[in-house]
Amino acid sequence: MSHPDPGPDTSGRPSIGAEVRLWFSPARIREEGSTPDYRFSLANERTFLAWLRTGLALVGGGFAVDQFLPRLHEGTRLTFTVVLLVGGALCALRAVRHWGRCERAMRRGTDLPVSRFPAFLALGLGVLAAAMVVLVALGWTR
Amino acid sequence: MGDPGREDARPPGPAPHRDAGLQPERTRLAWRRSSLSATVVAVLAGRQLVRSGAPGPVEVLGTALLGLMWLMFVVIAHRRMRALAAARPAGLPPRAALLLGGGTVALAVFGAAILLPGH
Repeated sequence: MSHPDPGPDTSGRPSIGAEVRLWFSPARIREEGSTPDYRFSLANERTFLAWLRTGLALVGGGFAVDQFLPRLHEGTRLTFTVVLLVGGALCALRAVRHWGRCERAMRRGTDLPVSRFPAFLALGLGVLAAAMVVLVALGWTR
Repeated sequence: MGDPGREDARPPGPAPHRDAGLQPERTRLAWRRSSLSATVVAVLAGRQLVRSGAPGPVEVLGTALLGLMWLMFVVIAHRRMRALAAARPAGLPPRAALLLGGGTVALAVFGAAILLPGH
């Protein structure tokens, strides 16, 4: 793995235009650099699937909150459900984007992208769980 | 490699067609887990639709959409699992990644669409 251009951080943020083009013709990823060892690609693929499952689990959790928590107030239940559905959708989008960025970084031989997303996800889920605990502890249910 | 009598002519070390990390197998299992997750979510979404008290045609259309979505997940997973049987599997086609991500977003949108009018 050689670095073709050791200049200051070329791996970090591609321009928004490039990012959008990549979204609509993702096969462009293959035009750059050289194909990495297939094991690295498979590991990246598993990471993608793990993020996709996280997204699916959040979406499924949204459905579960609406269907299996009848004792929550209407508004609370709706809020929880919508937050989980939106979170799941974001996770799925992030899964695709992160997969593409990692694949590109491996092809170019640059550092893998770093991301704040896991921290935000953890914070969000923590807040959601804490809110549920408070609701149940205070007896704000029907 | 077809001739078993020539087996020991190979240089020592791990067989070239077998990866010690079992990467293809692990990836195949990850696909299996993922299509199972998609199945669970599709079933929950179907249950949501049935409980929503939507009018008949909407229910039929929604069920058909859900079925298609689920089929997309399962077919992509199946094709990928077959591709992984190769000795040196090619990478995940970008279109598959995009379709699966889009499918998950669509499930979330679907959920919101049948949820919100009922409130």
